[in-house]
Amino acid sequence: MAKLLFIQSKAPHGSLFGQEGLDAILMGTAFAECNVLLVEDGIYQVLKAQDTRELGTKDYSVTYKALPDYGVSTIYCSERHLLARGLTPDDLVVPVEPLGNDAIKQLMADHTAILGF
Amino acid sequence: MKFGIVVHGAPYSSESSHSALHFAQAVIDTGHEIHRVFFYHDGVYNGSGLMAPPQDEWDLGARWATLAREHGTDLVVCVASSLRRGMLDSTEADRYEKPAASLAPDFTVSGLGQLIDTAINADRLVTFGA
Repeated sequence: MAKLLFIQSKAPHGSLFGQEGLDAILMGTAFAECNVLLVEDGIYQVLKAQDTRELGTKDYSVTYKALPDYGVSTIYCSERHLLARGLTPDDLVVPVEPLGNDAIKQLMADHTAILGF
Repeated sequence: MKFGIVVHGAPYSSESSHSALHFAQAVIDTGHEIHRVFFYHDGVYNGSGLMAPPQDEWDLGARWATLAREHGTDLVVCVASSLRRGMLDSTEADRYEKPAASLAPDFTVSGLGQLIDTAINADRLVTFGA
């Protein structure tokens, strides 16, 4: 049984990686068990109170809130990268489960394929 | 072993395309198989049929085409990524009433389902990021 891990590592509005990565996650859930891990600046994709009206980009943080409806029950994030950015789970639009490096290693090993963005 | 290859980088903008080509060739040279090469994000620009690089540089478009012609490698560009970046085959060019198609004939336009299929059915998925 395929188990896909999607890793988001890029800040939300400087490139389309986050948005296109999220599109891939939504498609993945139609075919396999999918999990999401936010690392590095990818954590900013779910930062609260984003306002992109002046930027001309899409605020897709709202789509993360819909992930449970697609069967993605837990969104993981790197605890170290969260702390390094001065953030706590309360700053984010979705509940996240912060993981240490050993747990991340284990999470990666538990999946059949990793799709990094 | 069956490899799935994902390319995120535009040609000449990062090492993504060069590295993916080297890797794809090595997969074939060592007797393995390529399930599919999926071009996503800026990687869809690798499908441009309009590249005309200087003669003393690698013609990345031509090299991808050669891979498809000589080894039957399945080259797929993501339709959503392609449309927003102006990589259209003749069907899409007609549909959106654009003056010309830009996608090379050795590439196929398809959906993200092909990326997921690659992730599920290849023995190894290798992403060349940008």
